[in-house]
Amino acid sequence: MNSLIVLPLLIPLFTGTILIFFAKNTLTQRWISAAGSILMIIVSLWLAATVYNEGIQTMNLGNWEAPFGITLVSDMLSALLVVTTSLIGFVCLLYSFRYIEKEREEHFYYPVFFFLLLGINGAFTTGDIFNLFVFFEVMLMSSYVLLVLGGTKIQLRETIKYLLVNVIASALFVIAVGYLYSVVGSLNMAHISVRLAEMGQSGIITVIAVLFLIVFGAKGALFPLYFWLPGSYYAPPAPVLAMFGALLTKVGIYSIARTYTLLFNQDVGFTHGLLEVLAILTIIVGVIGAIAFSDIKKIIIYNIIVAVGVILFGVATFTQESLAGSIFYIIHDMNIKAALFLLIGIVIKITGTSDMTKMGGLIHRFPALAWTFFIAAAALAGIPPLSGFPGKVLIISSGFANGNYWGAAVVLLSSLFVLFSAMKIFMNVFWGKPETYANQEKVPVKWLLASPAILTVFAVLFGFGTEALYPVIMNAAETLSNPEIYINAVLKE
Amino acid sequence: MKTNNLILQTATKILLFVIVLFSIYMFFAGHYEPGGGFIGGLMTSGAIVLLLIAYDIKTVSKALPFDYKKVVGVGLLFATGTAAGGLLFGKPLLTHWFTYVDLPLLGKTSLHTAVLFDIGVYLVVIGTTMTIIQTIGESE
Repeated sequence: MNSLIVLPLLIPLFTGTILIFFAKNTLTQRWISAAGSILMIIVSLWLAATVYNEGIQTMNLGNWEAPFGITLVSDMLSALLVVTTSLIGFVCLLYSFRYIEKEREEHFYYPVFFFLLLGINGAFTTGDIFNLFVFFEVMLMSSYVLLVLGGTKIQLRETIKYLLVNVIASALFVIAVGYLYSVVGSLNMAHISVRLAEMGQSGIITVIAVLFLIVFGAKGALFPLYFWLPGSYYAPPAPVLAMFGALLTKVGIYSIARTYTLLFNQDVGFTHGLLEVLAILTIIVGVIGAIAFSDIKKIIIYNIIVAVGVILFGVATFTQESLAGSIFYIIHDMNIKAALFLLIGIVIKITGTSDMTKMGGLIHRFPALAWTFFIAAAALAGIPPLSGFPGKVLIISSGFANGNYWGAAVVLLSSLFVLFSAMKIFMNVFWGKPETYANQEKVPVKWLLASPAILTVFAVLFGFGTEALYPVIMNAAETLSNPEIYINAVLKE
Repeated sequence: MKTNNLILQTATKILLFVIVLFSIYMFFAGHYEPGGGFIGGLMTSGAIVLLLIAYDIKTVSKALPFDYKKVVGVGLLFATGTAAGGLLFGKPLLTHWFTYVDLPLLGKTSLHTAVLFDIGVYLVVIGTTMTIIQTIGESE
């Protein structure tokens, strides 16, 4: 019995709970949260190592046997995502110490931050479809609070939209789980998978699969359900935005990847074909948004949508190679999106605006900031030695190998436009005639820059260490493409 | 003009104890009969809301000087502590344990760690409800 699997959930829960008692004491809050966050990184790395060496880890909560109780399952994919989440959580926390105003800190910013991490880690680790819903809600409720905390006009307006969309999506989630339960009579994902395989292909299962796609598509910003994202993500301050952009949509993508590999693998021609079309449309919409705007926040936000499309295109191709590509890309993208949002957060703090036509010449005053942004932007587009490259190569090559030339070509072309959009920011903001801004002296650039710098270094290492990481990622992809491994680990048959 | 709430306040003084007793009964009934932490917590906060209606926020916060946000925290600690307790004995999360004890007055009673978890739920429900009601009541 290995209790390691539950620690990435218990640590943020305990930390968040303890932080409630120190609401007014910001210094104590910072120390406790930093300690909790570092502990999370250590534990999640340990968990990932254990999963790699000993295979899938499971825990039956309350000692009830597998299909009857809630099972927590940590395979390589979820362990890797938990590691990434913990790292990004720590880095965003460091950044928050100097970026978030005292008023926000005193109003339960840190407890809610940890509850958000709890929801995300829980959603990655659970092996029960209704428990997944509960962790989604934990995550979403924390995100509502983080989105509205501060109470500026734009935050209030966008929170209403975000809340409405997510309440509807959550209601649909419950309905979808209800349908699935009435068909198979089980909530344990491994058990559902067995039951669905016994029943074989039937119309109602395809309907449920599409319903789940709608639910998770709304959470993960898939075309045509992405409409809430650009507005809602525009509202919160940079560290919250980094958490959202890096983690929240990825939970939706993870859920699609999990359900579409483990549960709905019967009528692949229809369900995965639909997913593929939607993924390509998502890429196109994201690219159009990314090159259309001259607002740096908006550009990066539309880049999230592009990445959602790319990852799901890999899932839709549904070979072991393309799944490995998706896993490479999802980890890279979580990392690099957090880095970019934190970087433009500094730029916005310095210049006091997010409109890039009003900026210029930052490279003369802040060269380190500029070059970190340059490396991060190059990694985003997938320039070879950096982290965006291996994932995209695998996704595109398996797309071509499966004869999906149009889709793979769209993914390939999207990189060009993503690079264009990122370099547009670099050229407009950092090059040109240096301007002076009113409060550029007051911004603690060195401290703030540390967080995205950590992530950028990580992105570079991830790119150069592809060879070393390859067996780990292939291990994760193998579990995804062979549901039997997962089922045997949970049901112990 | 000052209104006189004598009847309401006197009735509240008596009813309060009945409601609180019933909520505690409901709380402990949870394992064998309908009831439990959630409904018990709601009823207890219902009793406090009755106090708030009969008196005012200042009087009630003087009588019950709790910071309800911290009540939520204590409740969460109870629940997570009970859940994690199993881990210390090498059992999975949320593993519960019970025994039968002969108590004076009550006779043979089963003591179950699920009660501790339920106390957590009870406190969280009270804390949340009262925080919501007090915050809305105090805001102008």
